[in-house]
Amino acid sequence: MKNIEFRTATSAQGGLVVMGGVPGVAAGSRVQLRDHAGRIRSGLVIRSADDAVLVEVFEGTDELDLERTWVRFLDEPFKLPVSRDILGRVFNGAGLPRDGRPPVISADRRDVNGEPLNPAARAYPREFIQTGISAIDGMNSLTRGQKLPIFSGGGLPHNRVAAQIVRQAKLLGEEAAEFVVVFAAFGASHADARFFQESFEESGVLNKVVMFLNLADEPVIERLLTPRAALTAAEYLAFDLDYHVLVVMTDMTAYAEALREVAVLRGDVPARKGYPGYLYSDLAELYERAGRIKNRRGSITMIPVLSMPSDDITHPIPDLTGYITEGQIVLGRELANQGVYPPVTVLPSLSRLMKDGVGKNFTREDHPHVASQLFASYAKALEVRGLAAIIGAEELSDADRRTLAFADAFERRFIGQGEDEDRSIHETLNLAWELLSMLPPESLIRVSEEELAKYHKGAA
Amino acid sequence: MGKILEINGPLVKLELPQTVLGEQVRVGHMGLVGEVIGRDGDTALAQLYEDTAGLRPGEIAEGLGWPLSVELGPGLLGAIFDGVQRPLQAVWEQSGDRIARGVAVPSLPRDKAWHFVPDSALHAGSVLAGGTVLGTVQETESILHRILTPPLIQGELLELAPEGDYTIEEVIGRVKLADGRIEKLHLFHRWPVRTPRPFRQRDHAVAPLITGQRILDTFYPLLKGGKAAIPGPFGAGKTMLQQQIARWCNAEIVIYVGCGERGNELTDVLEFMPELKDPHTGRPLMERTLLVANTSNMPVVAREASIYVGITLAEYFRDQGYDVVMVADSTSRWAEALREVAGRLGQMPVEEGYPAYLGSRLAAFYERAGRVETFAGDHGSVTLIGAVSPPGGDFSEPVTSHTKEIIQTFWALSKELADARHYPAVDWLESFSGYVKSAAKWWSQEVDPNWESARAEALDLLAASEELQRIVNLVGVEALSSEQRWTLEAAGLIKEGLLLQAATDEVDSFASPEKQFALLAALLEIYRQGMKLVKLGAPARRLIQIPILAQARRWKSQHTSEDIAALKAKIAMIPDAFEPLLQEYASTAAPSTLREAAP
Ligand SMILES: Nc1ncnc2c1ncn2[C@@H]1O[C@H](COP(=O)(O)OP(=O)(O)O)[C@@H](O)[C@H]1O
Ligand SMILES: [Mg+2]
Repeated sequence: MKNIEFRTATSAQGGLVVMGGVPGVAAGSRVQLRDHAGRIRSGLVIRSADDAVLVEVFEGTDELDLERTWVRFLDEPFKLPVSRDILGRVFNGAGLPRDGRPPVISADRRDVNGEPLNPAARAYPREFIQTGISAIDGMNSLTRGQKLPIFSGGGLPHNRVAAQIVRQAKLLGEEAAEFVVVFAAFGASHADARFFQESFEESGVLNKVVMFLNLADEPVIERLLTPRAALTAAEYLAFDLDYHVLVVMTDMTAYAEALREVAVLRGDVPARKGYPGYLYSDLAELYERAGRIKNRRGSITMIPVLSMPSDDITHPIPDLTGYITEGQIVLGRELANQGVYPPVTVLPSLSRLMKDGVGKNFTREDHPHVASQLFASYAKALEVRGLAAIIGAEELSDADRRTLAFADAFERRFIGQGEDEDRSIHETLNLAWELLSMLPPESLIRVSEEELAKYHKGAA
Repeated sequence: MGKILEINGPLVKLELPQTVLGEQVRVGHMGLVGEVIGRDGDTALAQLYEDTAGLRPGEIAEGLGWPLSVELGPGLLGAIFDGVQRPLQAVWEQSGDRIARGVAVPSLPRDKAWHFVPDSALHAGSVLAGGTVLGTVQETESILHRILTPPLIQGELLELAPEGDYTIEEVIGRVKLADGRIEKLHLFHRWPVRTPRPFRQRDHAVAPLITGQRILDTFYPLLKGGKAAIPGPFGAGKTMLQQQIARWCNAEIVIYVGCGERGNELTDVLEFMPELKDPHTGRPLMERTLLVANTSNMPVVAREASIYVGITLAEYFRDQGYDVVMVADSTSRWAEALREVAGRLGQMPVEEGYPAYLGSRLAAFYERAGRVETFAGDHGSVTLIGAVSPPGGDFSEPVTSHTKEIIQTFWALSKELADARHYPAVDWLESFSGYVKSAAKWWSQEVDPNWESARAEALDLLAASEELQRIVNLVGVEALSSEQRWTLEAAGLIKEGLLLQAATDEVDSFASPEKQFALLAALLEIYRQGMKLVKLGAPARRLIQIPILAQARRWKSQHTSEDIAALKAKIAMIPDAFEPLLQEYASTAAPSTLREAAP
């Protein structure tokens, strides 16, 4: 079948083509369309019956002349050829080279949709990754095999934070990072793509990076393939070649918008804000490809970047993402405006896997308690700050004033740090104690009395 | 034999005469399984439990003659099944790390022999009815599996196998039905998941389910056989709370259904359950636990089914006379699966894309909870606890609001509490329980006659402090009277010393009812002592500096549930902590006030 060209298109509209009289076409199969100008477009079978086959065309159906459109059914899903040679390469969203070098030749071609991992085959991620960033390591730590997105907004330094993580991430006891990086950009600007490329170049890891780029001015529907191609590469590197893979994907919002666009074309029933009801399952198909597998050496750690429309964390894209990922690092405008880098808003940030990867035997025995105490004390301090704004700082009690001083110092010195500053977890924890020592020991009930005696500078 | 006419996502149109709604079908060269959800003349519409990519019109299709059913018998405990009861451990061994499509592995192991002990009261000629216990198999050290006569069977026992080892496919007995047909009996039977299993009659729920979590047991109790929901935005602690319940609750069987959630969360349960001991029996928790997993990346139709698979397994153990708890994480994902299929069927959406029957489906599902008298004359119960994941944390959305009307216990999780890492982040004002009166009976008999009043006093304190906090936020704490400030302080003590209960705290992760009450009584005693002083004129400013306030916040982590005596000893010492101030202010107070205030 894949060598026959059919010229039986009966209608074309809004990116969808209906083909008549092609019996036995496999659902989900790839399609090649040749238009009157000889241009090749690609598509996917989304509905198949003997008398009508519905094809979604990635490059759209503009200017298609039904009489002069030839269609081939390739009889297989989208596949990515994989081999060791993908390292150091740059591909487009569909996995074709965009670095001017020849295509990767391999007999090993994998369905980009992947297959669901059996939950019984998973190994729980427990290895602490030190990113060198206190707000992450100290309070929302990352573990190997985790999916931890950065929730951000327009104009915030999410790219710089992601790049800093890529540069600095390592396991305790490791001299240097042992990661390879899979980088996928969809709907990103050329400037964003260049920023990452240069950052990888500077840190000399370019030959350990695979890039999949679908930029803002490139076909929207290809965006649906880009993360799938990237994750297929990541799975190959992690579970066939035993690499620890760090996947950075940006921007998930562009992906979800592409999905919405296609859903509208298909006439799918919208759930919230026009996004289809299956946005959750679709995102989960991507995010759940992170993880560890029993008896396999490699791992996939995922850091998706997502810009929250109107900075709204309840918008369906961050909301559904947060329901799937193992936490989120939230960047905030307020801190950024005060010049704090990285502007991590710690309270809504969360790492769900932290509880199993820090503390005794992993980082330091006081780590979980210190983190919990920082959250509690800072949350309290923000209340006091709110009160001070109403009644005036002069009216505050001494205790409240100390609390305010703590909040300021915490934001400037703990959250804030240099873009090249790589703090060890011990430095982070010691700094935390230095700041907690600004508060009276009896107010610190999340840490144990022994820890207070050992670390609190003002304790008797 | 029929054939495929059309493939549209998970929906497949088939030319398949004589199928009935709900019937299982096997489709295509991969042998994908699904169920019929629509009929029109000779065509049937089926939804498949697996991804349909690669299927072609013209491929074969066949009806299997039965609805989606589960296998019920020894071998269930400790296992992890997918949404249509495929055993994931065995599937892993057979097909590798990824779940291959079309794998067919029987739900229960066929080769394993179980030691069956027939019921000594039964003999040839005995009258059998559905639910009659035929005998037992010691499935795990803590759980005796009662082999039941399948529901709907009624007749005369012809023979019953003697004590011995049998696989589940071996015949262990024969029964002559009323119409003369002979039915063979096995250690297992099948039951269709969308049909509730029958029982003799419903019974009142009487005993609280003890979860070891103070905010639940002491403040918003749930009964064995009750229905509860845990709504909350992402990260608020729904999963952790359900895992805590699965770990510590005093049910005999726990069914953990991961419906459309994370793979790692099931791995987590699979890894910790065998390590942990049941606080009530001392046996590994895995012996009483069973998992059903359809994670978010697994096919959505099987997600819809997983909830029913879970509840049917729960009912089966209930019918053996056990108290069963089923936690479902998350019922919202189930509702979304329903929505997705409804959308593809072109059914009219009513609210946020959900079909009109969302509410009735939810209600029918929760209706399968309850305490019953079984056909064997025992009592068993199914307690249902569903997590709800409202989009944007908005409780007015359809799934949360429908659920709220159905359940009796509502454990509302708050984002603000979770942000400050106050866990469990159960909101003490938003939550409710309709079971307080029944629970009070149990607490007053088993723990302390003052439970109900102490609980009410603490809740009043919390409500009052919420009001006061509003004032403080407007004008500052200085505007409060001493009495108000002390109320605020005492509420803080209750929150931090009692409600805050980290799952990760080894000492405090589980608190026995005795510990819960001792702690509550202790903190209330501090409150009362302080109030007495305030009434004598002591300023709150001085009271809040008494060291016992900081110390008492640590008691929960210093005393295990076995160590109640030491905790009670601390209560006895509370007046001493206030003594110096009492001396000071009692001497200045009028004699009449003093007499009134003294205990
Ligand atoms: N009872 C608890 N004790 C300690 N930590 C908790 C508790 N509940 C939640 N947490 C923390 O919050 C995180 C998110 O909780 P989780 O139950 O996964 O939220 P949800 O299911 O509502 O999204 C957990 O990973 C854990 O770190
Ligand atoms: Mg959860």
